[in-house]
Amino acid sequence: MRDMRYLSGVASISLDVRRCVGCGLCEAVCPHGVLALTEGKAGIVDRDGCMECGACVTNCPTGAVAVTPGVGCAAYILQVWLKGKAKASCC
Amino acid sequence: MMPLTGKKRTTAAADPCCCSDAPGRGDAAASSCCDGSASGGEDSGQPCCGGPQAPAASPMARPGYELHPFVETFRTTLAGPVPVVRTSLDRRDFRGTLGARLGYGRDGYRVAPGLYAVGRPGPDSPVLVTADYKLSFDALRRELSGIDAWILVLDTRGINVWCAAGKGTFSAAAVARLVEASGLARVVSHRRLIVPQLAAPGLDARDVRRRCGFTVMFGPVRAADLPAFLRAGNRAEPAMRRVTFTLSERLAVAPVEVYHARKWLWWAALAALAVSGIGPGVFSLAAVWERGVWLVAAILAGLVGGALVVPVFLPWLPGRAFAFKGAIAAGGLGLLTVLAQAAWAPAAVSSAGRLAMVLVAGSLGSYLAMNFTGSTPFASPSGVEREMRRAMPLQAVGLVIAAILWIISAF
Repeated sequence: MRDMRYLSGVASISLDVRRCVGCGLCEAVCPHGVLALTEGKAGIVDRDGCMECGACVTNCPTGAVAVTPGVGCAAYILQVWLKGKAKASCC
Repeated sequence: MMPLTGKKRTTAAADPCCCSDAPGRGDAAASSCCDGSASGGEDSGQPCCGGPQAPAASPMARPGYELHPFVETFRTTLAGPVPVVRTSLDRRDFRGTLGARLGYGRDGYRVAPGLYAVGRPGPDSPVLVTADYKLSFDALRRELSGIDAWILVLDTRGINVWCAAGKGTFSAAAVARLVEASGLARVVSHRRLIVPQLAAPGLDARDVRRRCGFTVMFGPVRAADLPAFLRAGNRAEPAMRRVTFTLSERLAVAPVEVYHARKWLWWAALAALAVSGIGPGVFSLAAVWERGVWLVAAILAGLVGGALVVPVFLPWLPGRAFAFKGAIAAGGLGLLTVLAQAAWAPAAVSSAGRLAMVLVAGSLGSYLAMNFTGSTPFASPSGVEREMRRAMPLQAVGLVIAAILWIISAF
């Protein structure tokens, strides 16, 4: 997806390398290749490619990755603004 | 009483030739029977209703249960009969796909959750997990021709894998529940599930194992890569792990937005016509026609620009923000509309009105393009929120200025 990029410098992903056990699950589940294993440890190799889907966070066994996950959908965000998170729904 | 004829009759023709109006699937015997009576020949006493005779009920049909057309037969397992589904899609599937893609009949387009099979799977065959959204289910089974596998369809409330993962319905708990309910442990001897990679946001693989003893392997993003994944011993190439957004994928998701536009388009058009009537003579019906149609054309330019041109030309439109891409694309179409207006009816709209037309198209297109973020596989919520905070005030200002200009231009 290098040919289609979204806004730079907004992704909320962070990684605590000290807690990484090198299982490689984050690399396997990330649909954008944001995380990759080098020398047995995960690293963020394409921060701006992150779409904050949360797959890495859900599957990291040690909680080394953090992101504010959500859906990148304007209609949904608008509903959250207008009706609050509880009543907002997306497609 | 059966009418007497001197001719020896076939079994089919001896039955009362009364059939429902099931279209075009009669066999030769049935149609000859109906033809005979219709032509007023020997069988003219034969009651004959409707067209050719429908095929006999499937021996697998049960009272109270509908047999889906995609179910080929049943496979007996230790957990009971499991429906074997076709790997080819037929006309009904394509019709359903079209409906779901265009937006009508998209809700509730689902298959019953549970265990299915393709080919002739055995205890060692792989188990593929998917969502109960029929488009997801169809995308999976159509790629499995020549493969023997079990399919576990999860209750995701008719939502595709990725969105269901985001909503929490494609979860470890749901998978574990279904593994128990379907008796999968009695059907297969191994303890492995292949789950689509895009379920990962909502499904913790280790949690599945804790709950039901099955190990989750994340399969490729696209069902089309499954045969290669299985051949390689359940290994995914890096390319199979990446989402794409090709032209055909963009075209597949774009029409829904246009379909949704029906909710507001008529009101917008009515408002545009109403505003166009305001002028020196308080309200002029002639102006509604002469000027109004051009404002409606500008609204349509905004719709087409934001909801169709942006998805199609996404990689080539300038900027990163969708709102910007939409303003450019729809503003451009707005300019074309102005050119058409200048050529067609040069007196109808003044230059202030023309500016209003471009502003209407650009603002509307910008908003609609911003809405398209939710259909893409790469827009992040942080980014969309930032984009919305910046773009929405501009879009609103654009529309307000356009309305003022349009009204002023009438005087």
